Amino acid sequence: MKILVPVKRVVDYNVKVRVKPDQSGVDLANVKMSMNPFCEIAVEEAIRMKEKGLAEEIVVVSIGPAGAQETIRTALAMGADRGIHVTTDATVEPLAVAKILAKIAGEESPQLIILGKQAIDDDANATGQMLAALLGWPQGTFASKVEKDGDTLKVTREIDGGLQTVSFGLPAIVTTDLRLNEPRYASLPNIMKAKRKPIDAKTPEDYGVDLTPRLSVVKVSEPPKRQGGIKVESVADLIYKLKNEAGVL
Amino acid sequence: MATLVIAEHDNKSLNEATRAAVTAAKKIGGGDIHILVAGQGAKSVADEAAKVDGVAKVMLAESDALGHKMAEALESLVLSIADGYGAILAPASTVGKNFMPRVAAKLDVMLISDITSVESADTFIRPIYAGNALMTVKSNDKVKVITVRPTTFEKAGDGGSASVETVSAPDAAAKSAFVSEELSKSDRPELGAAKIVISGGRGMGNGENFAILEKVADKLGAAVGASRAAVDAGFVPNDYQVGQTGKVVAPQLYIAVGISGAIQHLAGMKDSKVIVAINKDEEAPIFSVADYGLVADLFKAVPEFEEELAKIGY
Repeated sequence: MKILVPVKRVVDYNVKVRVKPDQSGVDLANVKMSMNPFCEIAVEEAIRMKEKGLAEEIVVVSIGPAGAQETIRTALAMGADRGIHVTTDATVEPLAVAKILAKIAGEESPQLIILGKQAIDDDANATGQMLAALLGWPQGTFASKVEKDGDTLKVTREIDGGLQTVSFGLPAIVTTDLRLNEPRYASLPNIMKAKRKPIDAKTPEDYGVDLTPRLSVVKVSEPPKRQGGIKVESVADLIYKLKNEAGVL
Repeated sequence: MATLVIAEHDNKSLNEATRAAVTAAKKIGGGDIHILVAGQGAKSVADEAAKVDGVAKVMLAESDALGHKMAEALESLVLSIADGYGAILAPASTVGKNFMPRVAAKLDVMLISDITSVESADTFIRPIYAGNALMTVKSNDKVKVITVRPTTFEKAGDGGSASVETVSAPDAAAKSAFVSEELSKSDRPELGAAKIVISGGRGMGNGENFAILEKVADKLGAAVGASRAAVDAGFVPNDYQVGQTGKVVAPQLYIAVGISGAIQHLAGMKDSKVIVAINKDEEAPIFSVADYGLVADLFKAVPEFEEELAKIGY
């Protein structure tokens, strides 16, 4: 089985982002970038499937500026086999990402595509599902457990109120939730080895996908600041204030 | 052009999040509002939806797959009736997030996820970067496919008397099968709907210690939540999680216990009306958003809180 894992380069999850004064977007200058945490979980899951003998090859794809190559290298250092970098400086919405990935899936014929459930920059939570629809494939989103039994995949999903388990045949899409696994750190020898693994350089034009955004950004603004309140001295004081001042008890 | 709202429900009753989506639909305006109830044995949900103020028509579609909210089946059903709608909305629940992007992709439009405000018929606000920035977007697509963050819209009340008609459920284009479901059994209200939420973080130390929060929750009729740190540490299941990657809540009162206040957690609760933080670290960032902060050992403060509640009649 071949597994395709699309990964996104995003602002590191520890960075507190700042909105640009002209409200045109978020300030990304000199900000630490990393692989989207949910994508790391996707890469890890693919590697574990390969280690169990369920997969032969893991192909990592990233769509984005030159720096996205580092993200692909990170995935290769973790254990993926080769990369495809679709280079563009444009803003690429999930719909266009899904269209490019659908074309790549057509060329690569993976049996399984594992993606992060959402990217922590635009928080859209859409690409995996859109890709599944465009390919006409079944999906197991927000996965906390993935089991392969012959040509069938059983996926346990994190849903409001608990867990749901679904099953479907391959090819299929899985999107990862937090508890699926804990991604490994790449070892130094593997980081060195990853430098020799191949990365195909592509452009969106190679796939004939129109990247024109469907959503125009009118502005990006700061959320209203919540003012910190007061410190209370005791539990009794807290209860008194909640009852008589805030009126919520 | 009419607007379609896809109902959130458990095949028995209508989830309040649907009423928030109806309010968003009203703000978009432009024509009749129709509700689609897709489920199995869900007639009572359709009847409830028909009474929602501002709704002109309810459609009920039933099948086994729809009863389990399978994304592939929902996609095919919504596409089969999508013609003629200018906007299609669903609550941004795990159900809505699962199938709505499929609908958008097949209609060749960009999904507008998790909107918190309707500015006009084509312009919406949605949070990005865990709510650390708000993006106002104008959709250039012919159909707006939208998921709605339920906590930021008023819930539409009753007052309507819509007709209920049955629509057929087409076979799904992609096949998947329901295997099983394991829902947390609790007499407490669900996180998204609770008026009071009490959440625990890493400071709780272990899962057993959540019992002290549960006691307070039971007194207050509150839901119990948790930070991602507490979920990652295995203290409680993931469906407790409040934050960027979990539930977004906005109750009247949010009590954060032993939670430091990472931005990912604040993203899920900072729109609460009143926030209380109990933490022994007075430097914890949670205090910067709390209306009332108590610097104390939670293992002393929480049982005392419970006792004090009893004194005022809880």
